Amino acid sequence: MSDLRELYQSVILDHNKRPRNFREPEGANRSARGDNPLCGDKLIVFLEVDGESVKDAAFLGSGCAISTASASLMTEAIKGKSTAEAEKLFGGFHALVTSDPTAPAETRGLGKLEVFAGVREFPVRVKCATLAWHTMHAALAGGAQAVSTE
Amino acid sequence: MSGGFDVERVRKDFPILRQRIHGKPLAFLDSAASAQKPTPVIEAMSRFYESDYANIHRGVYELAERATLAFEGAREKVRRFLNAGEAREIVFVRGTTEAINLVAQAWGREHVATGDEILITHMEHHSNIVPWQLLCQEKRAELRVAPVDDRGALRMDQFEKLFSPRTKIVAVTHVSNALGTVNPVREIVRLAHERGVPVLVDGAQAVPHGRVDVRALDCDFYAFSGHKVFGPSGIGVLYGKAGILERMPPYQGGGEMILSVSFEETAYKGIPYRFEAGTPDIAGAVGLGAAIDYVTALDAGAVAAHERELLDHATDRLSKVAGLRFIGTAPQRIAVVSFVLDGVHPHDVGTILDREGVAVRAGHHCAQPLMDRFGIPATVRASFALYNTKADVDALVAGLHKVREVFG
Repeated sequence: MSDLRELYQSVILDHNKRPRNFREPEGANRSARGDNPLCGDKLIVFLEVDGESVKDAAFLGSGCAISTASASLMTEAIKGKSTAEAEKLFGGFHALVTSDPTAPAETRGLGKLEVFAGVREFPVRVKCATLAWHTMHAALAGGAQAVSTE
Repeated sequence: MSGGFDVERVRKDFPILRQRIHGKPLAFLDSAASAQKPTPVIEAMSRFYESDYANIHRGVYELAERATLAFEGAREKVRRFLNAGEAREIVFVRGTTEAINLVAQAWGREHVATGDEILITHMEHHSNIVPWQLLCQEKRAELRVAPVDDRGALRMDQFEKLFSPRTKIVAVTHVSNALGTVNPVREIVRLAHERGVPVLVDGAQAVPHGRVDVRALDCDFYAFSGHKVFGPSGIGVLYGKAGILERMPPYQGGGEMILSVSFEETAYKGIPYRFEAGTPDIAGAVGLGAAIDYVTALDAGAVAAHERELLDHATDRLSKVAGLRFIGTAPQRIAVVSFVLDGVHPHDVGTILDREGVAVRAGHHCAQPLMDRFGIPATVRASFALYNTKADVDALVAGLHKVREVFG
């Protein structure tokens, strides 16, 4: 049970049940779709980008607890940041969830996102945790293709 | 133990089931995706590689002769298994998917034209949808889809109404991989034949759960995969009535399928070799033959009764799990249960069950149109085979209680 508790921490369960920024913002000027059809995770990330600043971030969609909570916590984390900072967080988050589970987790600068350290024990769930981030990255880059991490 | 069936003895034939996963006994409930292999299959393949292997149909030496006999022997075993009239009606392919693509291309290209229709059902696996879509796009033909009811049973009244003078072929699954629904294939074939329409049956999920008689069904094509019937992956079968196969052009070109080749003209071999270009999965065919020997040596009635008991036990226990909703409750079903849990995504259920040693499938089961029909993105599917026990069901139910503990 202990590694399951690590994965499904209360913060993750809370954000799964009550996802934050679960809406389509009126001022959104960037968006991208993320789709992991095999497991059934589907989301759209909306961003309001003003110059170099992410003024608003939100999402809509449906998926597993890991992908939903990850999208929810991501929108909170990148809101108000610069686009470069948002990309840097993506890098740090990606490094965290794909790192060696036997080594100490590198969570510096990630704030609340550190709750995803438990994903390291579940390599098949990395694609769930990173879907929203890859989609956010695509929205910033302005790609038209749906993103998939499967 | 039920009837003449000793499940503990059967389990001893499947070495993979002896292990523990995350410290728990393995409860393997994903045989509809791919079944585990008994020792006789594994040994038959090793023995073949160790003592009889060579390429087939071409060498003049002893080993080539032995390998050819083993390969053609496997074809004869498949013929008997399906009760086909002749061994040349058995085409070896990679699996059900390739079998359907073969028919869609080799038969479909000749017989389907602009404005024609292909009739399938709403419960098809993607492998019995996409090959027909490709053909329809190429020919500007139309795919017509027979609906299923809320229990996941085919609506036969609607199915019959979808025939038109432009219907060129019916392609239907024998058993739904996502819901376990058994379709009335004999009746479907009768309705189609009354209108002069041939029928392809996707038998991937039917063959592991009971004897199939293609002559009794009177279907024109029947496809199945070796790996779902306790044989190796990479080998499968297309049965086709000789009269239809003989009139079909080749599927792929290459060695093995030709009589003579010059740059001006190539003459093709007769059936089934015309459809078997290139060196096939020879050891795979041998393994499939061993798998067929294995299942046909068991008492089919006793196996069916055992699987029925598992389905009843699973239905009973799962119906007591709070917030669980079955998807697919058709009266005619094989031992497959598909369900969703309130407020928990199937993928999370799958992860937690895995930690309890329970292997299930979570996802859309390559049947997205069917998932859309029920308004869900995915289900948890537990599928049973002859080596499963009531203890496996109980492990599943205990695992679902763990899911509730985690998710509240």
